[in-house]
Amino acid sequence: MSNLVIILVSLGIFFNFAGCVGLIRFPDIYNRLQASTKCVTMGTILILVAVMVHFGWNSITLKAFFCILFILLTAPTAAHAISRGSHRAGFPLWEGSVVDRYQEDFPQNKKE
Amino acid sequence: MVFFLIALLICCFFCLYRIGAGPTPPDRTVAIDILGILMIGFCAILSLFTGKDLYMNVAISWALLAFIGTIALAKYLEGRTFDE
Repeated sequence: MSNLVIILVSLGIFFNFAGCVGLIRFPDIYNRLQASTKCVTMGTILILVAVMVHFGWNSITLKAFFCILFILLTAPTAAHAISRGSHRAGFPLWEGSVVDRYQEDFPQNKKE
Repeated sequence: MVFFLIALLICCFFCLYRIGAGPTPPDRTVAIDILGILMIGFCAILSLFTGKDLYMNVAISWALLAFIGTIALAKYLEGRTFDE
C-alpha cells in the first residue's frame, strides 16, 4: 500500500470527522446541514478515490467510480430536500441568523 | 486499518448522539443521512484493506437506499402526502 493511499484515506477521515463535529456543535438545523453534508461528502469521495488509486484498472475501481457518481448526485439532492421541507414546515432559524431570503420570497411558508 | 475504522466509528457515534438528542425532527433526519454516507466510507475502507469485491457492492446499494429513505423522510417533514 503506497503512501498516497494512506494520505488520501487520512484526509478523508479528517473531513468526515470535521463534518460530524459540525453536526454536534452547530446551533441550528440549517447550519448543521450546511456543515455536515459538504464535509462528509468530500471525505467519502476522498476515501473512494483512495480505493481507485490502490486497485488500478480493476472492477473495484469501476464500482468506486459509480459510487462517487451516486454520492455526487444524491447527497446535495437529499440536503436540499431536507432544508426545503423543514423550512416549509416552519422549523425556526437560529436566533443569531441575520437574513432569511427564502422567507422573503415565499411568505406563505409558515413562520414560528 | 483498525485506527481508520475506529475513527469512523467515533464519527458514527456523533451521528447517533444527534439522532438521540436532536431537538427537532430535521436534526434526526440530517443525522440519518450523514450516517448513511459514513457507512459508504466504512465499506470502502473494508474493501481497501481486505481486497474483496463484495464491500463495494454493499456501498453502492447502501448509497441508493439511504437516498430513497432520506427523500421519504424529507417529504414527511414537509407535511404532504407521498403521492404528489
